[in-house]
Amino acid sequence: MSIELRHVSKRFGSVSAVEDVSLTVADGELVALLGPSGGGKTTVLRMIAGLEVPTSGDLLVRGERVNDVPVQKRNIGFVFQSYALFKTMSVFDNVAFGLKIRNTPPAEMQARVDELLKLFGLDGLGRRLPHQLSGGQRQRVAIARALAPRPSVLLLDEPFGAVDAKIRQELREWLVRLHRELHVTTIFVTHDQEEAMEVSNRIVIFSRGRLEQIGSPRDVYEEPKNEFVARFIGVLNVLELTVQNGAARLNELSFPAHGVAEGETLRIGFRPYAVQISRNLQEYPHSAVIRHVYFLGVQLRLELETPSGLILRTRIVKDDFLRQGLEQGSSVSFQIREYRVLSTGANSLSPEVATVHSAANFAEGI
Amino acid sequence: MAHGIPKGPQVAMNSKSRRGIEEPEFIRKVLIGIAVGFVGVFLLLPLANVFAQAFAKGWSAYIQSLQQPDTRSAVLLTLLVSAICVPLNLVFGVIAAWAVAKFQFRGKALLITLIDLPFSVSPVVSGLIYVVMFGAQGYLGPWLDSKDIQIIFAVPGIVLATLFVTFPFVARELIPLMEAQGSDAEQAALTLGATGWQTFRHVTLPSVKWGLLYGVILCNARAMGEFGAVSVVSGHISGVTETLPLRIEKLHQEYQSVGAFSAASLLAILALITLGLKTWLERRQAAEQALGQSDSLSSHEH
Repeated sequence: MSIELRHVSKRFGSVSAVEDVSLTVADGELVALLGPSGGGKTTVLRMIAGLEVPTSGDLLVRGERVNDVPVQKRNIGFVFQSYALFKTMSVFDNVAFGLKIRNTPPAEMQARVDELLKLFGLDGLGRRLPHQLSGGQRQRVAIARALAPRPSVLLLDEPFGAVDAKIRQELREWLVRLHRELHVTTIFVTHDQEEAMEVSNRIVIFSRGRLEQIGSPRDVYEEPKNEFVARFIGVLNVLELTVQNGAARLNELSFPAHGVAEGETLRIGFRPYAVQISRNLQEYPHSAVIRHVYFLGVQLRLELETPSGLILRTRIVKDDFLRQGLEQGSSVSFQIREYRVLSTGANSLSPEVATVHSAANFAEGI
Repeated sequence: MAHGIPKGPQVAMNSKSRRGIEEPEFIRKVLIGIAVGFVGVFLLLPLANVFAQAFAKGWSAYIQSLQQPDTRSAVLLTLLVSAICVPLNLVFGVIAAWAVAKFQFRGKALLITLIDLPFSVSPVVSGLIYVVMFGAQGYLGPWLDSKDIQIIFAVPGIVLATLFVTFPFVARELIPLMEAQGSDAEQAALTLGATGWQTFRHVTLPSVKWGLLYGVILCNARAMGEFGAVSVVSGHISGVTETLPLRIEKLHQEYQSVGAFSAASLLAILALITLGLKTWLERRQAAEQALGQSDSLSSHEH
């Protein structure tokens, strides 16, 4: 089922929760609404559900305006962050609730609930009460309950927020599999960029009620539209430089100024992976000392400190790190393979669309 | 023995801690003694005395005095009044608690305060309010008179006064319960297609049923036992506008000790039943709340 938001805004009293958001979700998509808390993403989800009514703008489902359609008639499945299971009802009755309300014949209802309990690995737990289940089981009951009446769209509010890291990982993979099998249009809210990247086909990034960017996980990571997105999706090194003698400089680092006037400032950003390091001090143009090593598993994150005291973050594969005989305190040479201009002096408050500069470009400027 | 090994240090700790509370032990005994003694002398003894006096002239005198026509009609009137007041306050309490717990609106704090008003006003004043409103010399008195409707010194007045006094019990019990539960479950029911009424019946009501019952029991006890407010509006017409508490007072003033205490024993039994039910419900609620808490705890852990 396709869903479209056209210039949707939502105000609570004088507080603006969502401002002028337009977005389209195609049939069968798995979309993440991502952003820091208070960003308006949950409000967007609740408006799609019909739990909130937009203050202005239109909400369309299959091209029809549904602003005034009550929540009961929208045929959506909604999974609450708290799961909101009916605590006085058994697992079976929870899952059967939506079917009972629709006066489904008992035999059909029994079959549907059994099917879902089986699909969700809950068979045998039908008679339990919610408080007798683990967190992961509860969440699956909540999703099964939402799916029982065959909704045309499944909405999940922070679905993995309340479970611990290990179960969260399992649930993510499980949600992806579930989506592949059922192919129901799914929209979920998360504040965890890693979760959004891993699970969804598309990510919609919100900040302070505004839509910052929509794109595939790869798009938003590699082509962030602005500094907020770049910083929110993954780790980003940001430097603020001043243009002097035709080049943007900060201590020992300098970059091409690209038509920015003398004395203006320039902000650039680069991902840790764009910083290449070598034990051979002659290999790259700059030098630094490894100040700290963060062990992340296959990869390590390093904190480099340049002679003038700038701190840069980089990533390196563990094997590479060991082969080069690096350790905390080692001196290395480095280069910044690619970077983006995030903003230039005059419009530093509204970051322009960043452009990528290759290492060749960068070397030129030195 | 299994705890043979840690015995040494444990004993040491025990004796240490016992020494630590040795002096308060004495104070503890005194305090407990005072509390138990107070309850015994001022609560249990009079209660026992009620029954002792009621049965002073034997079982048949007890039954006989309860079968006096005026006492019987007083019992019936009391049952009638609480049969009207309790359901009305039940409905009102649920509506008020729902409004307060689920919606945000202007004047909400004022509404909560007003619900408590009957608790803070003397029952006599509660009764007088109705006399001033509906009495012969009251604001609406002449109009009511012209329509031949009597409220004061009649059953409607007793019902109104009792309603007022027992107004807060159900609402007061439900508001904190409903506020703590939030509205997620109700919203979930709506997204599953349930109407407001279905949501209330299948989701809200089952989750507050113990609290509701608790409120109803307290409301009922008060409705049956109310004296002050009812006394002002009743007119004390034996066999017509006399409720059980009023009847007890009248019998007592007429030196009919067995009659008064027999009737009083009925209220005492009501009190004991109420107390028993209340204790049972409190345990149930506590158990359910503990479950609810372990619920939210473990859902955060997992």
